[in-house]
Amino acid sequence: MQPTELSAIELVAAIRRGDLTARACTEAFLDRIASLDGSINAFLAADRGAAVAQAEKIDARRSAGDPLGPLAGLPVAVKDALCTVDMPTTCGSRMLAGYQPPYDAHTVARLRAADAVIIGKTNMDEFAMGGSNENSAYGPVRNPWDLERAPGGSSGGSAACVAADLAPVAIGSDTGGSIRQPAGLCGVTGFKPTYGRISRRGLVAFASSLDQIGPLARSAADCALVMESIAGHDPGDSTSLAAEVPAYTKLLDEPLTGLRIGRVAAHYGAGLDPEVAAGVEAAFAAFEAAGATIHEVELPHAEYGIPTYYLIAPCEASSNLARYDGVHYGHRAEPERGHRAEPERGHRAEPERGHRAEPGEPAAAYVGEFDSPLVEMYCRSRAEGFGPEVKRRIMLGTYALSAGYYDAFYAKALRVRRLIQQDFLKAFETVDLIAGPVSPTPAFKLGEKTGDPLAMYLVDMYTVGTNLAGIGGISFPCGFTAGGLPIGFQLQGPALAEPLLLRAAHQYQQQTDWHLRRPALAT
Amino acid sequence: MTSPSATTAPYTTVIGLEVHVQLQTRTKLFCGCSTSFGAPPNTQVCPTCLGLPGSLPVMNRRAFDLALRSALALNCKIAPFTKWDRKNYFYPDLPKGYQISQYDLPFSSDGSLEVVDPKGEFSRQVGIVRVHLEEDAGKSMHDEAAGVADSRIDLNRTGTPLCEIVSEPDLRSPQEARAWLGELKLLLVYLGVSDCNMQEGSLRVDANVNLHIPRDDGSLAKTPIVEIKNMNSFRSVERALAYEAARQYEEWQATGAELGSAPKQTRGWDDAAGVTRGQRHKEESSDYRYFPEPDLVPVTVSEEQVAAVRAEMGEPPAVLRGQLQETWKISAYDADVLVNQGRDLVSWYEQLARLTGDGKVASNWMQQDVLRTLNERASTIAEFPLEPAAVADIIGRIAKGDFDTSRGREIFAAVVETGKSVAEVVAEMGIAAVDDSDLEALCRELIAANPKIVADVQGGKEQAAGGLIGQAKRKNPNVNPGKVRAMCLELIKRGEA
Amino acid sequence: MSLSRQDVAKVGMLARLALTEADLDRMTGELSKIVEFVSQLSTLDTADVEPLAHPLDTRNVFRDDEPGTSLSTEQALASAPRHDGSCFLVPAVLGESGSA
Repeated sequence: MQPTELSAIELVAAIRRGDLTARACTEAFLDRIASLDGSINAFLAADRGAAVAQAEKIDARRSAGDPLGPLAGLPVAVKDALCTVDMPTTCGSRMLAGYQPPYDAHTVARLRAADAVIIGKTNMDEFAMGGSNENSAYGPVRNPWDLERAPGGSSGGSAACVAADLAPVAIGSDTGGSIRQPAGLCGVTGFKPTYGRISRRGLVAFASSLDQIGPLARSAADCALVMESIAGHDPGDSTSLAAEVPAYTKLLDEPLTGLRIGRVAAHYGAGLDPEVAAGVEAAFAAFEAAGATIHEVELPHAEYGIPTYYLIAPCEASSNLARYDGVHYGHRAEPERGHRAEPERGHRAEPERGHRAEPGEPAAAYVGEFDSPLVEMYCRSRAEGFGPEVKRRIMLGTYALSAGYYDAFYAKALRVRRLIQQDFLKAFETVDLIAGPVSPTPAFKLGEKTGDPLAMYLVDMYTVGTNLAGIGGISFPCGFTAGGLPIGFQLQGPALAEPLLLRAAHQYQQQTDWHLRRPALAT
Repeated sequence: MTSPSATTAPYTTVIGLEVHVQLQTRTKLFCGCSTSFGAPPNTQVCPTCLGLPGSLPVMNRRAFDLALRSALALNCKIAPFTKWDRKNYFYPDLPKGYQISQYDLPFSSDGSLEVVDPKGEFSRQVGIVRVHLEEDAGKSMHDEAAGVADSRIDLNRTGTPLCEIVSEPDLRSPQEARAWLGELKLLLVYLGVSDCNMQEGSLRVDANVNLHIPRDDGSLAKTPIVEIKNMNSFRSVERALAYEAARQYEEWQATGAELGSAPKQTRGWDDAAGVTRGQRHKEESSDYRYFPEPDLVPVTVSEEQVAAVRAEMGEPPAVLRGQLQETWKISAYDADVLVNQGRDLVSWYEQLARLTGDGKVASNWMQQDVLRTLNERASTIAEFPLEPAAVADIIGRIAKGDFDTSRGREIFAAVVETGKSVAEVVAEMGIAAVDDSDLEALCRELIAANPKIVADVQGGKEQAAGGLIGQAKRKNPNVNPGKVRAMCLELIKRGEA
Repeated sequence: MSLSRQDVAKVGMLARLALTEADLDRMTGELSKIVEFVSQLSTLDTADVEPLAHPLDTRNVFRDDEPGTSLSTEQALASAPRHDGSCFLVPAVLGESGSA
């Protein structure tokens, strides 16, 4: 078998045993990226030289009998929202084209400490805002199951690269579904842990009270393996949880006998694709067959999840993205046309669009007058650096926090957020997990929803509640449509129920093979 | 009570102050960068205080404790639950595009600080609206004279912990405002909370001022409130307020504009020109869109914590002044002079007072000799070469009659100068105490040589004996003038001359 | 609930986003639709509900007042669009900082 066909657990074991060198493993994935990613566009940066050098170091240490980390030699792709000292971190934005952070995100540092090999940075919706990866300034990612379709987002590159066997494991971030939804649309396993379980330090912030890092892999067991290395307390993140990290991989095998799974009738209303509904129902049946019991539960305020989320997240984002003002880093609009200094770009990612005027093109005619050259620089830098969806959310958040609107919008959303959290707490009094679809439809066509922001927002309808409540969720494939697109299944659990979520998904995957199916890709 | 201007001017000046003090921590509020002043630009910065993507804040415990100490000393109520908020605005010295501050739930509120003029001209209890903890911004530098197009941004100061102290509009004159600031600064320095160095920007003051003008019909006209910025010393605060009060009165006479007729105006103080000037103020720039800072968690403060901070706080200056007056029987004025010099000098004084057993004499020595020496040397009591015991030694010898006070001062100066002990200096100067028999012989000699004086004294003019003292000192500089006088009078009265 | 072009222009200035006429037209329509959509929250009675700004109930997270590692000036300025080797450079800032 090719290394690219092995699971993360198998790869780590093979490298540890000496059946496979870290170098061969890394090169196998890099070769596959080189041959396939031209059509998928999952990666924004890949540093072959550095990755191979790191793999060689691990091989040398193994030969010398030195102790190796738990992920020794495992190639890992990292969403471009996580800072890396040795690769640019663009967050899918023209604003940060070529931006080179001076520090590693906590998760990246943990991966390196575990001797993983960071093979590249994955494409994403700009600043993690989007559900299709079409908001990347570096072009959309294509779904490996159908290159005309979106992979979902915002961690679309992370989901697609795992689905296409370009990486055994990828790191994503999930603010309203950005790990689980693309995992569902790409047929991989995506895990969003409890808020605070993994440090956010070095994750470029979108909405700080909702953002959470997590792994995407082929299986729940592979997610568990990575979680053991990246979860845990970080004194550098005030919102990181101090609770001990369990040995997730050791807690996967217990059968599901007696597990109480909640089913939410309201999930099956209008908008849910019938093939998705059928796939999800079959998964419920499989869980029952495995010994779990299914119980109807209510999440009475679930229907308010999207409006609540689309107030809180933009409000926080409007503030988190204020730092991109052209002063300390990032894109700055130059005062005079023709003297524009392009930022240096070390890697292949080039922004595809933006309002940047080409030579000879007339300057954008902005409305109104600027108070000063400084204000003009701010306004134009941000107009040029951000794409339309990011601007929309900054505008919405700025509006909802501004004088006279705060109580009606932001404060109101915080109260409804409490109701949504209470719904979950109440439901978890009677069930251990809540299950249902990840998204209302399978992967949609590129361009299908780009003209209608609201329609795009609704793709998160089943996932945002998890983030609003700060709890954990996992999504994994539970079938395919007649057209050959993956159908995703989601489990949500109470705070710190990571072991149970991973075990339930793993037990399901022991009985089914949906997660082992691979798209046919021409190499 | 009233203040001088209120009794002379046809209006009352109403002043509230907003003071920012940098807390004396080693590191910044949310990161481990140094807070020391004067380093080359952008050498004390890290991802967090630069606001780099992905960076996060973690609060400095000492900063919170110092803020708590300040609030307690200002008699504030401490909130059992407090949180931080983001104040959003764009400015190049604010790299995140928001300042982490406190909005609706500051950690303390409802305090007070009294200022009492030691000369008794005014006293004022000033309410404190709130004290909160926030981060400082960086510095923008623009050399207009050089005609350079760019401003330079230094972020070393960014993230330094700041306590914001907001007073009620309780002050009634520029003099009161200056005195109150002096008292506030003294308090914060006493507490070890801040060095309050205005030159280095560790204490900054903005003032809100308007006038209450009684009209003939008995009603009160209130002028629009003006916020004054850019005041770089307590003296400039006093000058700016005095200027602004006069300006507002003139404007009111001209326009009759009253409070509420226009939004609050901001004016900057131009110290060289001695005027305030209107600053451009955009309506939208004050829409700060505060919301809870999601990168920090709230803080709860228990009563035990409050008690612990209170216990280790030490006496504030006002309490200390009272204690000194009570214990050492010194005047309010003397206690004020001593306490204003800082806690170290007060404890030096208290040692001296204990050793001599006379607080009044000790206070005189502190003010006339010790403080003068410190001023001449521009040094602090911590650097003073003498121990209290040495000064107590000199005072003791004077009391014993070894030499008089003026001779004692010379000895003090010599000890300070040479670093020798009091005994050594006394020996070197030949100030052995004059033997009683030597003294008697000297007095007899003088009486014999001055029959006119003797006759005057016998005629009832005792003050004539002063002439003998001068002659005695010329013959032997070490004689105690008091003793000479007493012995001469006795000898003359006994008729033994 | 709908926003006027003036509302959108004002928010654009507050957010420091320059907008073209076309942006203003498009954003006015889009934001009005979104604001109308999120306004459905107003149908819920939340009078007795405490706001939930953050999912964690963690309290009192502090660090000790111990120095950490700072960046070199070179590192600090490395990504600055304009600098002079010691400071960030911006178009002239006149008057005082907007900070409180």
